[in-house]
Order: sequence, then structure tokens, then C-alpha cells
Amino acid sequence: MLAYLIRRVAYAVPILFGVNLLIFLLFFFVQSPDDMAETFLGEKRVTEEMKENWKREHGYHLPRLLNTVEPFPAVFTQTIFWQKSVPLFAFRFGKSDMDGSRIGAELKRRIPYSLCLTVPIFCISLLLYLFFAMIVAFYRATYLDTWALVVCVILMSISSMFYILGGQYLVAIHLKLAPVSGFDRNLLYAVKFLVLPVLIGIVANIGSGVRYYRTIFLEEINKDYIRTARAKGLGEGTVLFKHALKNAMFPILTNVVVSIPFLIMGMLLLENFFGIPGLGSYTIDAIHKQDFAVVRAMVFLGSFLYVAGLILVDVSYTLVDPRVRLT
Amino acid sequence: MLTNWYVQDVLVAALLLLLFGAGRALARREYWRAALRQVFRRRLVRGAFAVLCVYTVIALLDSVGWHPPLRDPDGTLRRQPETRRIMTDPDGLSVLDALLTPLREAREKTYSAPLAVRQFTRETRVDAEGRIVRDHPPLRYPRRHLLGTDRVGHDVLYLALKGIRTGMIIGAFTTLLVIPLALFFGVAAGYLGGWIDDVIQYVYTVLASIPAVLLIAAFMVIFGQGLPQLCVILGVTSWTGLCRVLRGETMKLREQEFVQAAEATGVSRARIMHRHIVPNVMHVVLITAVLSFSGRVLAEAVLTYIGIGVGIDTISWGVMINDALRELARSPVIWWKVAAALIFMVGLVLPANIFGDALRDALDPRLRME
Repeated sequence: MLAYLIRRVAYAVPILFGVNLLIFLLFFFVQSPDDMAETFLGEKRVTEEMKENWKREHGYHLPRLLNTVEPFPAVFTQTIFWQKSVPLFAFRFGKSDMDGSRIGAELKRRIPYSLCLTVPIFCISLLLYLFFAMIVAFYRATYLDTWALVVCVILMSISSMFYILGGQYLVAIHLKLAPVSGFDRNLLYAVKFLVLPVLIGIVANIGSGVRYYRTIFLEEINKDYIRTARAKGLGEGTVLFKHALKNAMFPILTNVVVSIPFLIMGMLLLENFFGIPGLGSYTIDAIHKQDFAVVRAMVFLGSFLYVAGLILVDVSYTLVDPRVRLT
Repeated sequence: MLTNWYVQDVLVAALLLLLFGAGRALARREYWRAALRQVFRRRLVRGAFAVLCVYTVIALLDSVGWHPPLRDPDGTLRRQPETRRIMTDPDGLSVLDALLTPLREAREKTYSAPLAVRQFTRETRVDAEGRIVRDHPPLRYPRRHLLGTDRVGHDVLYLALKGIRTGMIIGAFTTLLVIPLALFFGVAAGYLGGWIDDVIQYVYTVLASIPAVLLIAAFMVIFGQGLPQLCVILGVTSWTGLCRVLRGETMKLREQEFVQAAEATGVSRARIMHRHIVPNVMHVVLITAVLSFSGRVLAEAVLTYIGIGVGIDTISWGVMINDALRELARSPVIWWKVAAALIFMVGLVLPANIFGDALRDALDPRLRME
């Protein structure tokens, strides 16, 4: 198990290296540090000296890959690549281009707020979608099934902006059941701000979620062991909820576990609309302010979490299915 | 000069040619004809297809256009002072614009509700009897605006109709980019194997491991907002999924007798891929193309809101929603612009989903896509 884990982590390193290289090429070759300085200083009346100062202040004055004027170790280390891209591997994200705040500290401060939003959405929606999907699968090939699918497709076809705007208008402005937006650092008081975004987060994906789990259940129901269970005289309920559900855990896990690490990334739209100061709104702010350092950090963090999720999926297989041995 | 307008015209022409070519190639095979017959047997699907056709026609009408000459208010042609050449409207005018002239030119001063007679906001003015009154002034074109007008007095129905073209381009052009990429690399990786497979797998794993929104954000922050950029980056983020599926399908096909027979008789590898593998994975390509279309149309609105979309110069449903957000906080609420954009979006996405599902059921009931 441990050997397997170590090997999986070792496989992940080249992937993360590739991501890092891609970010580096995109941010420092496609766009030069001069372009960056111009973006920040505004385009009119910028002297070369001002640009040079800005680059020096933010550490973009170094050569990109090789510093040929320096002696041996510094030929590699005194470069943008070494100073800006390599530290990402150690989760040293550096400073924001905009206000010079430390990105790492900012992430640490904001992650709990994101989790307040994403963990309830994740848990409730998983249980709810599975529950609905099982009911629809139970009544498969009946009118209920057909109409449930129609409703699912309609719900899937509606923009998530509609759910947010509609929910905010109906619940917060019209019925005045919840505050329109805002947050409280004290988590006990934050609950009233979180109810509406959590509700919207659950409703917005209900169509695709139920449909996806329904297909998984239906695939399971057509297998031989289900026929055997029915032949033994078990009720349809027992067959579906005990036998099929246990075996359907396998494909469900693949879909679910991979997204667990992403919970800390928060949700872009919901956080932005409801004023929750998590990582999602941090990312949107960075995009609006053209804060390249923060965007870079988020891209790397995102792909790290994805790779971590994949490893987590493999490990969780062994927990669900004793036949799987990780070697 | 290469403006957005011209680039997009070329894209639309390329897209049409491709659709036409694909349609003709498919119609020749009995397998596809049978599948399509099955798809169109249901009335719901026929209806969905009809709606998609209407959207396509509107998008095409909006893509064919010309640059009309500018005229002075007295009707004479405006000429450049030095060269005496006739000046033309740099924005151009599409066939759709020409057809919708009564809507396009019926500009009001500011907001008006759907089919209203009077303006939505109050104004201080002098009435017919010379008194100063503060009320809702009558509109210049009463009952003309089926969906009302926006802050600067544009007809909302006209804007929503113009948004169709942007939505279709985002949905369809990205597909045009994704299919060749995914097909070429997926089939090559699956059939050739070895180091080619390793390299291709590495590239798409790296790209797939970056969450799409963040990669799009990084790309758009650097290249700036705009329709062509958005299409390109949406293509880059979405070819990896299809590529992985195609690689798997190809690896299954490679072991089958007809491929091995072709190999044994000395058919070249390029020819095997072209004649034996690609036709047998086309159903996967087609299903993915139709089903991912709707996802992109929806994504445009979200990305535009985040600030990494088509930009404010383009008329799109995302931009309309974005513009109208502040109006929702007003009381009484100004709902028609957001509603128009959302309804037009559902009108495109829902038929696309229905059609895609029917296509999937007909071509491969066992294929499960996320």
C-alpha cells in the first residue's frame, strides 16, 4: 500500500511539472514581463524607468530561464523560472502583483470560508441526488421515470445564472427569508448567510446529478447478480437498495472522490454573488484586477488538487472493494 | 484589415462547409441513415431539430453582411476629404440587421417595459399646455418593443436575436476545433501505441489536470476578452476528454479481426487508421459534439460574468445578463433584459440536449458520457 502510494505520488510529479511549465510559458513567454508592467502601470505615459522599477519591485526583472551574467549556481537560480515557478512546488505562492499581500496567507485565511459553503452543498447534494436517482430507477420504464428525465433535461438546460438570480430575487428580495448577501466571520452567525447559497448550489445541479446516478443504477440493475437476487424471491426494494446500491458504489466513488479536494477551491459564482470571502471570490477578484500572480497560484493549486483527487480515488477503491489490491 | 467581423465570417463559412461535408459523408452509409431514421421517429426530437434549424438560420442571416456607405443627414454620400472615396460603416450590416430594421432603428431614450406605451422612468418635461410636469413620457414607438428596451433604449428582442449568432459560434466553432484535434491524437495514440501514445497521454493529462475555468482564466487574462480567443481556449480545454475516449475506443478496435486482417494483407498504418478506425469511432465523435455544444453555450454566460468571456463589444446573452444585473436590484425590478437572455439561451440549449440524447440513444445506447 505504502509502496503504491509512493509510486503514485512519483507519477504525479511529471504532471505537475508539465502544468508548471505551461503556466510559465503562458505567463512569461506569451506575455513578457514588459507587457505585465504596462498592464499595471496603465498604457499612457509610462517611461522605461517606471517599467524597470515595477519589474524590480515584483521580481520580474531577472532573465527568464538562464542568467548568463552570473556564476554557476546563480545562472539557474537568479531567473524568473527559479524564483517564481519552482517555489510553487513547495506551495510558496509569493506575493500578489496588485497589493503585495502574501498569497499563501490569504489562501489559508479564505479556505475555511469556502469550506463552509462547499461541504454542505457536497454532502447534501450527494445524498439527495442518490436518493432521487434510486427512486427514479426503482420506477424505471414508467411514466414517473419518463417525466423525471424530462424534468432533469429541462433543469440541465437552464443557466446557473438563472438559479442564482432567481433564487436571490425570490427568497431574499421578494420573500425576505434570507439576507441577499454577506458573511459573518463568526461561523454561528454565518449560517443565515449560507442557507440560500447552499440551497441554490444543490438545486442548480440536480438535473445532471440525478440523471448521472440513474444511469449508474440502471447499468447495475441489468447485471446477473440482480437477477439471481430476484430469483431468490427478494423484494424489489431490498434488491435495489441493498444489492445494487452496494455495487454501484464503485462508479459513484470515481465521480465523487475526485471532487473532494476541490471543495477547498470554493465556488466562483456563488461566492461572488453572495459575498462569501472564500477562494472562489478571491479568484474572481484576481481576474478582474488582472493579478497574474494570484491566477498563476490558483491554476497550480487547482491542478495539484486534481492530481490528489485521482490518487484518492484509487485508494478509496481498496476500501470499498476488497478484491482490488494496490500493488 | 482583419477585424473580428471578417475572421468570424471565415469561421462561419468553414463551419458550413464542414457540416455539409459531414452530412453528405454520413448520408451515404446505411448504418447512419438507419440511426437518423430512428432519431427522427419521435415527434419531440423533430420539434427540437426544427428549433435548432431556426436558430441556425438566424445565426447565418446574421453572419452574411455588407458595409453600407455612410450618408450625411441630407442624404448625400459621405466621402473621404482627400481621396474622395465613399466612406463605409465600419461595423457592417448583416442581413438580419436589415430584416430587423424596424426594431433596430426604433430607439427609445431609456428603459421601457415590454409592449409599453410610456417610458419606464419618470422625466421632467413641458407638456402640450406649457406646464412643467414630472411623469412617464410617451414612447417614440409605443407597443413596438415586444421585450422592452434597455438602459440606452435598444430593443431587447433585437439584442437577444443578435446574441444567437455569438452563442452558435461559441458552441459550434469550438467543436470545429475540438474534433480534428481529438480525432487525430486520440486515434494515433490508441493505434500506434509506444512513445507516441506516451507523449499524447502526457500532454492531455497535463491539460486535463488544470481545472477548465482556471485555465480559461489564465488564457483570457493574458490574451484579453474576445470571441475568437474564447473559442480557442474552450477548444483547448475540451479536446482532452474526447481524446481519452477515442484512444480507448481505438485500442478496442485495434484488437478486432477486421483490423488484423487489414494489417495481415499489408495495408499501411495510415490507411488503416483512416479507413478502418476513424469511421468506427465517428459515432462517439458525433454524440460528444452535440452534447458538449449546449455546455459551451451555458459556459459563455458564466465566463462573461467572471470577466473572461466575449467582452463588452460583442452582443451576447452573457453580456446582456451581465449588463442587466444591476437593474435587478432596482425597485420596481427591471426584469426583461435578463429574462430575454435566459429564455433565448434555454431555447437553444434545451433542443440541443434533447437532440443529443436522442442521437446517443440511437447510435450507442451503452455509451455513457458524464
